[in-house]
Amino acid sequence: MSEPMLKVEGVQAKYGDFIAVSSATLDVPEKQIVSLIGSNGAGKSTLMDTIAGLHKPSAGKIYFKGEDITGLPAEKIVTKGLALVPQGSRCFVRMTVEDNLIMGSFPKFARKKCAESLERVYELFPVLKEKRNDLSGSLSGGQRQMVAVGRALMTNPEMILFDEISLGLAPTIIKDIYARIKEINKQGTTIVLVEQDTHRAIKTAELVHVMLKGQVVLSGAPKDLGEDEIKKAYFGI
Amino acid sequence: MAQVLQVVINGILLGGIYALLGVGMTMMFGIVKLTNLAHGEFVIIGSYASTLIAQAIGVDPILTLVVTVPLMFLIGMGLQSGLINRVMMIGSEPALLVTFGLSIILADALLLLFSADAQRANVPYNISSIKISAGLSISVLDLIVFCIALVTIIILSLFLKKTYLGRSIRATSDDTEAASLMGVNVKRTYAIAMGIAMATAAIAGLCVAMKWVYYPSSGGSYLLTSFGVVVIGGMGSIPGTLVAGLILGLAQVIGGANYGQLIAYVLMVVFLAVRPQGLFSK
Repeated sequence: MSEPMLKVEGVQAKYGDFIAVSSATLDVPEKQIVSLIGSNGAGKSTLMDTIAGLHKPSAGKIYFKGEDITGLPAEKIVTKGLALVPQGSRCFVRMTVEDNLIMGSFPKFARKKCAESLERVYELFPVLKEKRNDLSGSLSGGQRQMVAVGRALMTNPEMILFDEISLGLAPTIIKDIYARIKEINKQGTTIVLVEQDTHRAIKTAELVHVMLKGQVVLSGAPKDLGEDEIKKAYFGI
Repeated sequence: MAQVLQVVINGILLGGIYALLGVGMTMMFGIVKLTNLAHGEFVIIGSYASTLIAQAIGVDPILTLVVTVPLMFLIGMGLQSGLINRVMMIGSEPALLVTFGLSIILADALLLLFSADAQRANVPYNISSIKISAGLSISVLDLIVFCIALVTIIILSLFLKKTYLGRSIRATSDDTEAASLMGVNVKRTYAIAMGIAMATAAIAGLCVAMKWVYYPSSGGSYLLTSFGVVVIGGMGSIPGTLVAGLILGLAQVIGGANYGQLIAYVLMVVFLAVRPQGLFSK
């Protein structure tokens, strides 16, 4: 098997004295959809923030495309082709939808492709084109998630981490966004889905990692693992 | 009728310089989330710089902007990245105190360097005016100052609206973490914002120097004016700054020498009580 695109080795992340991620090890192979599931407080979001550079790891190594990116700041990591759609969308609420998206092409290499990427995002989410001059703060939760996904796409990523994208959304909207994510994956982008809602995440992914109390306790293809084993790992029983 | 119109015109023209005083303050409030108590001193430094350079080489003070604006921009960037960014990592109160200390140091430094003498940038069109009709005229200097203020504010808004750098500044003001995920270096953005605030202070300083007599200790009153503009206009809103400047200018002129300041501050208190987020803030 070839080298995985993203390699996380024994990463530890702390908030002061509190250890949110004690030792996380996982692989993300290129072009796949990988799910990271775990209950509330398992450390999933902290791990994502750490990979994306928002949080500094206190131990361990992170490799992206073979390059050591451990401890690089977020603004550098996005230029390597790794984007994060953070929990709760985090749109720039006082900016228009289009300005939000154009912000995604802020990295120098992405600016040249700005118009092209914008077309692609509008094709993927036609509703954003309709609302392009509205303030993103006036949008519904689902539409804000679309803006956040679109904004991440504008950075020309090779891999996107989605942190609980379905949180607080209606099932029909979740279904729609998941369909778009699969489309993005088909266009060649590697996807990491972080979810508490395990059912959909397992169904969509080719590889599943289960996190419990700051560690990755189970990894494998959903069809090999079986529902029971995943459940046990998820709840720690 | 002509008298009323004259008051309105004077108020609006005065409002331009008030808006200009507030625009740098509002940027620091809105983007860096910093209350910059040294803003008044920055303005007065701009006044001294323009006055002295104009005297030394004998040009119109307006031309000194070519030197003072880039210079103050660089000083602002250096100040933010070398000092205030570091203090802000500890918290916003220490940063506030640092700017307070800075304002005292700067005012005293000005006093040491230039003595307490009154200063003014003299221009030949100091007292000329354009007569429109009987009892209605516009001061040339006021008109020039107003135009400088307006052009500055328009350029700044366009910059923030249309350029990548401007968008990144607005994005940082909305959500620093999300901005860094888009490749924005937040500390560098703060330094640029401070640079811009300083540059606008340089321009405001020039206007102050042409229009009024100033002293090393004049910074405080201009700081208060900037506060008024920010409170009424809403933190971080450039159009709000312009409208607030005009409101304060009108209040000042309507109240005249006796009640101008009073009306302006009463307005400020009313806004704080009724609409604390300001006119244009969301």
